[in-house]
Amino acid sequence: MPRGYTGKILDVDLTEGRIRELELPWKTLEDFFGGRGLAAKILWDRLGDHWSEVNPLGPENLLIALTGPLTAFYPGSRVCVSGKSPLSNGVVGSTASTEFAMELKAAGYDGVIVSGRAEKPVYLLITDEGCDIRDAGHLWGKTGEETIRLLNREVREELQRSRRGPQREPGILYIGPAGENRVRNAAVMTKLFHAAGYGGYGAVMGSKNLKAIVAKGYGPLPEVAAPETFKILWREVHRELIKRDRMRRWGTGYGGYYVAADTSSEPVRNWQEEWHDERRFGGPNFQFRFWVKPYYADFNCTTSCMKISCIKTGKWKGDITDMPDYELEAYLGPNLGIFDPEDVVHLSAVIDNLGHSGINIGNTMAFAAELYQRGILTEEDLGFKLEWGDIEAFDRLAHMIARREGIGDILAEGTYRAALKIGEMKGVDALRYAVQVKGIEVGAHGIRSGRDYPTPIGYAASPQGGDHTSTTRDAYEDMTWSVFGDSAVVCSFCYHDPLIWEMARAVTGWDISKHRWCTEHGRRILTLQQVLLLLGGPDVYWDPDRDFDNPPRFYEPLPSGPYKGMKADRETVEKMKRDYFKAMGWDERGIPTKETRDRLGLSYLDPHIREMRR
Amino acid sequence: MPFPGVEVIHLCAQCDDYPCVEACPVEALRVDEKTKAVLVDREKCTGCEACIEACPGQVPYLHPGDGKAVICDLCGGDPECVKVCVEAGYRAIYAVEEEVNVNRKLFARPPLEVAQDIAVNLYGEKGLEVI
Repeated sequence: MPRGYTGKILDVDLTEGRIRELELPWKTLEDFFGGRGLAAKILWDRLGDHWSEVNPLGPENLLIALTGPLTAFYPGSRVCVSGKSPLSNGVVGSTASTEFAMELKAAGYDGVIVSGRAEKPVYLLITDEGCDIRDAGHLWGKTGEETIRLLNREVREELQRSRRGPQREPGILYIGPAGENRVRNAAVMTKLFHAAGYGGYGAVMGSKNLKAIVAKGYGPLPEVAAPETFKILWREVHRELIKRDRMRRWGTGYGGYYVAADTSSEPVRNWQEEWHDERRFGGPNFQFRFWVKPYYADFNCTTSCMKISCIKTGKWKGDITDMPDYELEAYLGPNLGIFDPEDVVHLSAVIDNLGHSGINIGNTMAFAAELYQRGILTEEDLGFKLEWGDIEAFDRLAHMIARREGIGDILAEGTYRAALKIGEMKGVDALRYAVQVKGIEVGAHGIRSGRDYPTPIGYAASPQGGDHTSTTRDAYEDMTWSVFGDSAVVCSFCYHDPLIWEMARAVTGWDISKHRWCTEHGRRILTLQQVLLLLGGPDVYWDPDRDFDNPPRFYEPLPSGPYKGMKADRETVEKMKRDYFKAMGWDERGIPTKETRDRLGLSYLDPHIREMRR
Repeated sequence: MPFPGVEVIHLCAQCDDYPCVEACPVEALRVDEKTKAVLVDREKCTGCEACIEACPGQVPYLHPGDGKAVICDLCGGDPECVKVCVEAGYRAIYAVEEEVNVNRKLFARPPLEVAQDIAVNLYGEKGLEVI
């Protein structure tokens, strides 16, 4: 029995209402670890031979929620949501912080695989006794806040019947109206405002008529390989993480904000600029006006970088959201031309309640606003004026997208597909204004000034497209906090080198070292993701010659700020990309070579490599 | 934590009149002479939940493993939870030496009630409806 795993995965088929327990071979677990890696492997095993025919929003796609071996052991409990992405048509490992992961492990399962499509809205209730498919008719159409409240009451009442004493509330993964209406970049939400946003798995969940997955476990966590070593390491990790007081004191909403604002890598008006002088839009304006709870974390997390904001007076009284963290602050703030902290907190609360992914919808709305600015979309198309900084208009647009009304129906397809559709409709090249890489909207860390952490190929060469939590650098360091973090399923803000590697060895008992991971496991996972991404389909295929590239906007010089005139250099990008592919053992177009596939034990990909050379 | 941000530390308040001890039908509970904490005799406990019902704060619970009642025994006077919280640098839990005439029972409240108060404190009126 591999240590750190419970060894069982729930396999639910909603079409037939069949629930099975699945045991994965040790070899698979050791090769792919968990989370993002294991999800890619499960998807390959189940759908690999007809990948390009699988409709991401059809019943044959899988929705996978997985924990990893370090989940619940290493600080910060996280769950990895995956499947065939409706945005990139590849695999994205999208993680969210939630106690759901811990409850799931305590209930005795490493993860849940959901396939098929229920006839009526349902939710899954997972406890020690197993899994149950419940009717969710009364939850369908409800916003995030209502869903949590209803589910909490319902499940707590039920659990209280069988066990006495006060119950801690269960872990819940759910979707808002955006996911139900299959908005392609909708998020899988958890708690009130934590989201697995990249990849659009909210739409996958919605396409299965699955409103929520609820887990409550009472059992012990699985055994670890070296308990005594683990105890020492556990204390040591907490002692190290408690030192990250900048993160704990300010969170990304303050610290990260200034990093990006000062390095001129923050999106302003759909990335037309990356610099603004609005000093009143900084951290202290959020801290003193809105933070009602300055320290907030999931169970077991020492870093505790979350803060809760609440609007206490005025017309939006009672809007609750997280910090908002840097990404949302940027994407729902300057990127929409909004520079009032209160507007951002309100919009963030609206987006969370609708179940949108803040980064992706912020990008799509800004894209629409730029088209309006350029006269491509008119007031007739939209039904209202969409000026930069008009909070009411963006509020309305977010609701329209979530309900797929009017222009919202097109924008709900995500920035890339919306650009294609609008381009066709209006006869212009709208892709010029779409800031996305391989269908996935770019995170709020620009590359033009060269001062923030993503490299010029950070998004361009990544198998997860615009995901800012999985950028590419040198085929070695980027395997650590992103690929390892998503596969062991821990938070990248809790990542501590070298303690996390010691911890991985102590928990699993396998011979895992940073070097071995970065040259073997990590590359195996990324190679598999790359193959699945390039197989693509059915509606969109990626061309290796054209699509491993930055969005056109990044090749336009910055118009203002201290880094004025800087832009991504095409030659540098090409050179870095070639080096990166070479280091990964892929050919110059990004297709894994035969040698690499054999070395990583991925020879089962061979018959499909021809398909992707289209 | 019935709502985001509303975590409730739910510990034995060490009442002076020990309703749990009085309620126990099999005399499995007794009071430690030195620390005045409640001790559970795991041999005698039948898991009948009478102590949970008697407690004004619903503090005792049945251990998921053996189904017997669990009540804080103050670790013999030097609580481990305090040590680890101080060691970690949070200092959210600390030991207090209190005078005899403090009515500790005031602190024994069901977690949902406490959560509601915290929610109102954090979110204002909205706190009344969030749970």
